[in-house]
Amino acid sequence: MTAALALHGVSKAFGPIEVLHGVDFALHPGEVHALIGENGAGKSTMMKILGGYIPATGGEVRLDGKAVRFASSDAAETAGVVMIHQEFNLAEYLSVEQNVFLGRELRRGWLLDHRAMQARTSELMDTLEAGVAPTARVSRISVPQKQMVEIAKALSRDVRVLIMDEPTAVLTGAEAEVLFKQIRRLRDEGAAILFTSHKLDEVKGIADRVTVLRDGAVVSHGEAGEFTEDTMATAMVGREMSDLFPSKRAGGDEIVLEARGITVPGRVEDASLTLRRGEILGIGGLVGAGRTELVEGIVGLRPRTGEVRLNGEALPADAAEARRRGLVYLTEDRKGAGLLMEKSLRENLTLSVLHRFARPLIDRKAEEAALTEAIRDYDIRAPRRDMKVGNLSGGNQQKLLLAKTMLADPDVVVIDEPTRGIDIGTKSQIYDLIHRLAGEGRSVIVISSEMPELIGLASRVYVMHAGRIAGELAGQDVTEDRIIRLATGLGGDREKAA
Amino acid sequence: MSTTTTTPARSRAWMPDLHVLGPILALVALVLIGIALNPNFLSVANLTNVLARSAFIGIIAVGMTFVIAAGGLDLSVGSMAAFIAGLTILAMNTILPSMGAGIAVIGVGVLIALAAGLIAGAINGLLVTRAGIEAFIVTLGTMGIYRSLVTWLADGGTLSLDFALREIYRPVYYGGVAGVSWPIIVFALVAIAGEVVMRHTAFGRHCAAIGSNETVARYSTVAVNRVKTLTYVLLGLLVGVAVVMYVPRLGSASAATGLLWELEAIAAVIIGGTVLKGGFGRVWGTVVGVLILSLIGNILNLTDMVSPYLNGAIQGVIIILAVVLQRKGTAG
Repeated sequence: MTAALALHGVSKAFGPIEVLHGVDFALHPGEVHALIGENGAGKSTMMKILGGYIPATGGEVRLDGKAVRFASSDAAETAGVVMIHQEFNLAEYLSVEQNVFLGRELRRGWLLDHRAMQARTSELMDTLEAGVAPTARVSRISVPQKQMVEIAKALSRDVRVLIMDEPTAVLTGAEAEVLFKQIRRLRDEGAAILFTSHKLDEVKGIADRVTVLRDGAVVSHGEAGEFTEDTMATAMVGREMSDLFPSKRAGGDEIVLEARGITVPGRVEDASLTLRRGEILGIGGLVGAGRTELVEGIVGLRPRTGEVRLNGEALPADAAEARRRGLVYLTEDRKGAGLLMEKSLRENLTLSVLHRFARPLIDRKAEEAALTEAIRDYDIRAPRRDMKVGNLSGGNQQKLLLAKTMLADPDVVVIDEPTRGIDIGTKSQIYDLIHRLAGEGRSVIVISSEMPELIGLASRVYVMHAGRIAGELAGQDVTEDRIIRLATGLGGDREKAA
Repeated sequence: MSTTTTTPARSRAWMPDLHVLGPILALVALVLIGIALNPNFLSVANLTNVLARSAFIGIIAVGMTFVIAAGGLDLSVGSMAAFIAGLTILAMNTILPSMGAGIAVIGVGVLIALAAGLIAGAINGLLVTRAGIEAFIVTLGTMGIYRSLVTWLADGGTLSLDFALREIYRPVYYGGVAGVSWPIIVFALVAIAGEVVMRHTAFGRHCAAIGSNETVARYSTVAVNRVKTLTYVLLGLLVGVAVVMYVPRLGSASAATGLLWELEAIAAVIIGGTVLKGGFGRVWGTVVGVLILSLIGNILNLTDMVSPYLNGAIQGVIIILAVVLQRKGTAG
């Protein structure tokens, strides 16, 4: 049987970095195919190539056995290849019906055929058991309902190939079941379906075939029946640890930060953690598990309930107060929350502690001196000192952000995704910097989606799953396998908590 | 001991930057045109008149620069000025019988004007930050409220300051030091202070940071709401200062007082190179913008080549041109 959509020796490079290496892959009509792998394994990239969103650098994409080059995602959709992204692609202020038919509105003569579109939308939403009126505004509906609207959008087209990037990440078990029912229906009608999920029980339940991606290459594929959840997890991990990391560092006995029963409404449920002096503590889990929200709650950047004690004293939910008392947070969102892209290095560096440079007029010489020091200590490579931060490379931006955060001279630093989008050389520099901080007697919490990073840096790791802390691992137990099990809701006794 | 590879901060090389140079070139061009068209243009009397009249808008526009730099907007300043003027006149007339005509009454009037500006600004600021309503909406609302209140206070007519007080108050607008009139002096002081605060204090830097990216500012533990509120309070206070200088000029306030001042102030800020969406403010640019706008009117009045009625049209063209040139500057 000819594959509906296939990849032959496809590779993809972003700049000098190749993220997919000669991938062969076939998706057949009438099958549900699961694509699994760790964060950064290349799943999303591969899906985007299949969906016509980005072109491959090498190899070819074949539709019904014939090589194609989709000029755009529109061209792919016209050919019946529809992709649903991890991030929603909905117009928030339009109604459900308007979104479903956006760009393909039904007409009667010159005018829109509202009745037909509403009837069709309401039929689709009913089959998806979403309980949303076609006239509801998308900004008012819940996240799972938005996911259902995205799916309705895809279903309203003649879909031959449906590609879904983590469709169940935001759905509850019951909602996912409804989705699976529709997926099975589409499959029985002859459609080819590809999806990714980190929930291995789901994969086991719905997939006919499984492909495992690791470091941009297919490492294993076959009938779903040949896999168990364990063999899937092993195939996803199976990587040798490189020596990127300095030797580990355990903390002392003194507890510097203690959080009890932290709840961030809708994101984190009853999470507790402790951090010791000089320790590098890891927080693992899948994207969306509530890791960032938990620490933002602790630091006071988000409303939260629960108790936080810093050096034994209660800390209110106030980020400025936390900074004054020596607790700072380094965001994962460098561009959106970390640095002012339009401003210079100097203005970015001193922003958090400008009061220290103002007497009351800002002492620009002192600022320049601080910048000189930061450039030296953090090895920031800027072609020009007065350039805009937006023109720095990602790695140098990250080093500047680290320097900015450390200028507050904190006791406790929370670093969220310390090496996201950074090349390998800079990564190891940042790991060294993190170790240096711990060596100076500071305490560090590292949040990371990259397992090797967590394992290489942290002597103790909390793993989150669906807004809760699913387990705590220490010493020899900090392994990729154990972390993945907890993160995907497999291991631990609280797996059914969500 | 270690050597740094990066060069130390070079003194900024002189480069023809359209952003910075544009407004100045426009101002120079206007002055040259003015001289060419009418020899009286450069006379002390004419320049004093132009500068003194532009002082009200100028003082307000300096405050507006901070609001806009921090990503806000205030449409209410014109109405606010009219309302405060009416309130101040009414208050001074009321206390006149008990205190007698004297400096004291004027002093009370000044305090009332400044306090009213402060409070009105705080109301705008708190509605924007605490209630989370968009600045455009909040100030559109208060703009209507203040305009309506002054009309109501004046009962649809004009509120006039008692003649005895006018004589005492007059020098504040018409007097001066060493031939420079008070409004010009106050405008200059406000502008210099504004420039220093914007460029050399944490407050000014925080305004630009918030306008540039509010999330980054919040994550950098900048007191975002406090700074934003303060920009409106500062602007309100400066509206109060402008009113203090304005009342002695005509000695009256009506529903037509301060009409369209908000738009002139915003226009001056934009012409001066401050970006409407925030993130960057240039107080001296605003001063240049104010001068450009008032010189256009003045030149049209001094010559009969173009009807003065086209003043607004020419100002409009200048505003649009300024933004087009700025955009080119950014793209290049």
